[in-house]
Amino acid sequence: MNWQWFHRLGSPRWFYEKTTGWLPWIALVTFSLMIVGMVWGLAFAPLDAKQGNSYRIIYLHMPVAVLSMAGYYAMAIAGAVGLIWRMKMAFIVMVAAAPVGAVMTFLALVTGSIWGKPTWGTWWIWDARLTSVLVLFFLYMGVIALQQAYQNRDTADKACAILSLVGMVNIPIIYKSVDWWSTLHQPATIKMVGESTIDPSMKYPLLIMIAALYLFFTLAVILYTRVEVLRRESRTQWVSDLLTQAANKRR
Amino acid sequence: MHPIRKQRLMMVLLIVIFSSIAIGLIMFALRENLNLFYPPSKIVSGEVPHNVKIRGGGCVKPGSVQRSEHNLDVNFVITDGVADVKVFYSGILPDLFAEGEAAVINGKINDKGELEASEVLAKHDENYMPPEVAEGMKQAGGEHQKTCETINYAR
Repeated sequence: MNWQWFHRLGSPRWFYEKTTGWLPWIALVTFSLMIVGMVWGLAFAPLDAKQGNSYRIIYLHMPVAVLSMAGYYAMAIAGAVGLIWRMKMAFIVMVAAAPVGAVMTFLALVTGSIWGKPTWGTWWIWDARLTSVLVLFFLYMGVIALQQAYQNRDTADKACAILSLVGMVNIPIIYKSVDWWSTLHQPATIKMVGESTIDPSMKYPLLIMIAALYLFFTLAVILYTRVEVLRRESRTQWVSDLLTQAANKRR
Repeated sequence: MHPIRKQRLMMVLLIVIFSSIAIGLIMFALRENLNLFYPPSKIVSGEVPHNVKIRGGGCVKPGSVQRSEHNLDVNFVITDGVADVKVFYSGILPDLFAEGEAAVINGKINDKGELEASEVLAKHDENYMPPEVAEGMKQAGGEHQKTCETINYAR
């Protein structure tokens, strides 16, 4: 098997130069999908029979919640690849995914809280779903803090990767919490197996928003990764060439 | 795969497996305590302490909601299909509180086995549909709250 592409992925310089061309396209698709999904969901999707307009926050709440969990897997798998193959790029992606995932989790908690007040009658309750998502937020914060805590970058990367891997067990717990225990939070609407319990007229904008948020996550991680690449490679020739080029252009 | 990488892969897998087992055992040990509320059947069978703050939850029995004409007092019956518990509350109920829907109640069980609520929360379900579709389903005889539709109220 030809592993060349895999090894090329491991080169920070290759990644930086390639993604420069990709960024506008990814951004274009991301924001078009987001605008379509948002306008469709917030303005054109029908009212809910029980909740009226207040259910519409699902178009933000559910996609960010999906990404808070998918992002954690992305971070942990990047960490595992870094540990096994000692790939520079894998650790950089892991470090870049942490703040983006943390923001997604924070948004999921905040939008959930705003949704909870008018429907359940409370901002917060310590049920299994809400608590396990709060733990997820702290795990992300732990990875960010751990990265800053070491002088030595290799040690920090390895410690972060191990913390991410240990924390991975929380993701299935979050996902299944509503089925395993009695909670105030309702069970999943869009299921991996079986039929969704949302009317198709409301489901399509939701699926578009999930796709948009996946792309947004990718975009944000690429941007963070590029910054981290420049930070870590700041002593190399190609980065200083890049800087002189940029400085000349400005002049 | 290079033997050293294989060894590192085993280490990574061991970390994931052992942390999963550890957390899994903790979850298993705490399984009853992780539930947010007691169902009516447990309250009736006496498994729930009296005069301490607890949470109970179940479906509000259709036709059981009685409101006072003078103040905010309200009482209703919650059920899980096995047992019924009477709930007394004084205050504003959440918008989604309705007969045939699920509710979670914060309060104390008195000596008569009734729940004196200090807070009532509405538990909404995972179904979303436009009003026309809901109307159509109601005419077809299907109730749309999934958590409560399987319950047999005819007791």
